[in-house]
Amino acid sequence: MPRINSPAELEELRKDILLKRDQNKPCIAVCTGTGCLALGAANVVTAFKEEIKKQGLEAKVDVRETGCPGFCERGPLTVIYPEEICYLQVQPDDVEEIVSQTILAKKVIDRLLYVDPITGEKIVHESEIPFYKNQMRLLIGNNTKIDPKSIDDYLALGGYSALSKSLFEMTPEQVLEEIKKANLRGRGGGGFPAGMKWETTRNAPEEVKYVIVNAHEGEPGAFMDRALFTGNPHSVLEGLIIGAYAIGSHQGYIYTRHDTPQLIDNIAIALTQAKEYGLLGENILGSGFSFNVEVHLDIGIFVSGESSALMKAIEGRTPEPRPKYIHTSVSGIWEKPSNLNNVETWANVPPIINRGSEWFSSIGTEQSKGTKLISLAGNISNTGVVEVPMGTSLRKVIYDIGGGIPNGKKLKAVHIGGPLGGSIPESLLDTPVDFDELAKVGAPMGAGGMIIMDEDTCMVDVARYFLNFLTDESCGKCVPCREGIRQMLKILTNITEGRGKEGDIELLEELSEVTRDASLCALGGGASNPILTTIRYFRDEYEAYIKEKKCPA
Amino acid sequence: MDDDKIDKIINKYQGDASSLIQVLLEIQRENRWLPKEVLEKVSKKLKVPLSQIQHIATFYKAFSLVPRGRHEIHVCTGTACHVRGAPRILDAIHRTTGVGPGETDSDLKFSLETVNCLGCCAMGPVMVVDGKHHGKIAPAKAEDVLKNYD
Repeated sequence: MPRINSPAELEELRKDILLKRDQNKPCIAVCTGTGCLALGAANVVTAFKEEIKKQGLEAKVDVRETGCPGFCERGPLTVIYPEEICYLQVQPDDVEEIVSQTILAKKVIDRLLYVDPITGEKIVHESEIPFYKNQMRLLIGNNTKIDPKSIDDYLALGGYSALSKSLFEMTPEQVLEEIKKANLRGRGGGGFPAGMKWETTRNAPEEVKYVIVNAHEGEPGAFMDRALFTGNPHSVLEGLIIGAYAIGSHQGYIYTRHDTPQLIDNIAIALTQAKEYGLLGENILGSGFSFNVEVHLDIGIFVSGESSALMKAIEGRTPEPRPKYIHTSVSGIWEKPSNLNNVETWANVPPIINRGSEWFSSIGTEQSKGTKLISLAGNISNTGVVEVPMGTSLRKVIYDIGGGIPNGKKLKAVHIGGPLGGSIPESLLDTPVDFDELAKVGAPMGAGGMIIMDEDTCMVDVARYFLNFLTDESCGKCVPCREGIRQMLKILTNITEGRGKEGDIELLEELSEVTRDASLCALGGGASNPILTTIRYFRDEYEAYIKEKKCPA
Repeated sequence: MDDDKIDKIINKYQGDASSLIQVLLEIQRENRWLPKEVLEKVSKKLKVPLSQIQHIATFYKAFSLVPRGRHEIHVCTGTACHVRGAPRILDAIHRTTGVGPGETDSDLKFSLETVNCLGCCAMGPVMVVDGKHHGKIAPAKAEDVLKNYD
């Protein structure tokens, strides 16, 4: 690969890549995200490659292994380009027919199409399936269009043009200003304005500064960051390099978990390719700006995602949070200013630079801008990764996109924000996806995991489940968290085992308050959220469970 | 585990103390557990006190300080799998193999671990045996699957 030394050379290369590509050449894009792989997508890919070889079509048809487009429920997913024909639940046995019928004879195979459950109508194109049609897929929409292992695919879609624009047409201050004006808020859970965080690190007195991608995603039932990062690693990397330029950092870290082999591979390949092209490393694009990235693999328990704990882990120590009188953006890794953002936040940076803060802030609500990735799971017809503009109601996410509750059951509650989030009842379904509105009803957005629960779910058991999770995942350093959670779990276990007694609810409320106020980090601080919201909205269930020794659900 | 392999892993990270977790992970991957002698060796090589290594090795449940079974069972107990019945799968596994989460049977046949999210919630509840996924699995089916291992 040739090294690119200027913006003009980058555009030249892009032109070359596009010229060599025939937009009409058939391409079979098979999803190889975690969901589809678990459903056997690797065998489907092998079958396609063999069939194409058998038919001598290697030069005429491409097979692309892509990241997750989101519709995990119906995997393995296959999209045939250029027609964008979407086939669901494709098995190796279907492959021969797809190649002979769809690729060669240009005929659509009816039985592999999506069938609208209400009208019975068959839908051919991916973008017309209600699951996709009702989304705004700014970040994840490119996943089927690129092979995550190919930087050329990313460049063909205009990749790294935002980096080139930042380095050559903008000063670091202007980049920072643009992100601030866009009001991009951190997608990892806190919702803190990214621009302000960047500015703090930029203005911190130390010479050496670090930028970090938090790809820990420890929230059970959340898999959107993995889907985005695995499927389009360059989009996150480009955002990171732009951030480093704005902040004045020359060293970045990508923190991710050791048990995500595909993600690890794709990141490693992306870094190598970006370096070879001169988009990473010394003197990027001939601009004089240098930046390197190191990958830190970790085991990642839940608390590792907390910023100060994560930074300890990067230093090779146990991930125990520290008090944050001084923010990590001023004193982080090796006590140097360190700016941490999560995967989705970084991926939002290139489009903001390319299309401007005005465009970005025209999407969403007053205080929550842009789109949000959500992983939709639990008792829901369409499990998957969903991207909607902020402000979309939960009802729309669950019914129009998620297809409602399966098996004719009724919706009981939606749990948002993972173990530190809350469960809200059916009556609050018109609440919009918005940092502040969700926090107001007691279910802070967190990273965007959404678990749907049907009428058979016992809410006391849900609270017990989360507390049980948190006792395992608490680092054990501070007493309120370690002991508080354990005592609350004890009470909840007593209730669910028929040993509940009068006064338990009040005691839970009191313990919740102390744990929330006195814990060192957000884990202890948010640990009582599942209890407080389930008591707030389903108090009768607790009372009945205590009185009758069994759950009404 | 022989010394050469350990040396190779440690050398890969140039003896850098901040790579302790990576080194332990690779050893665990090769050897499937962390014997005491190995930890002592790592301590010497990386110049990290053994107490700090013990701290890390006992902090994470991904590390094992005892030998593991021949077959690794992972059951996802993430929220989505939980509401779809993961606890019943754990009960079924316990009935068949006698092991609970974090345990290994005395014949070293099965080790069982719970995991927090495998990222394939559409298949929940999910059981993974030696890397093979079994999705939307019913308790009885889980018992059947495990009978095929020896």
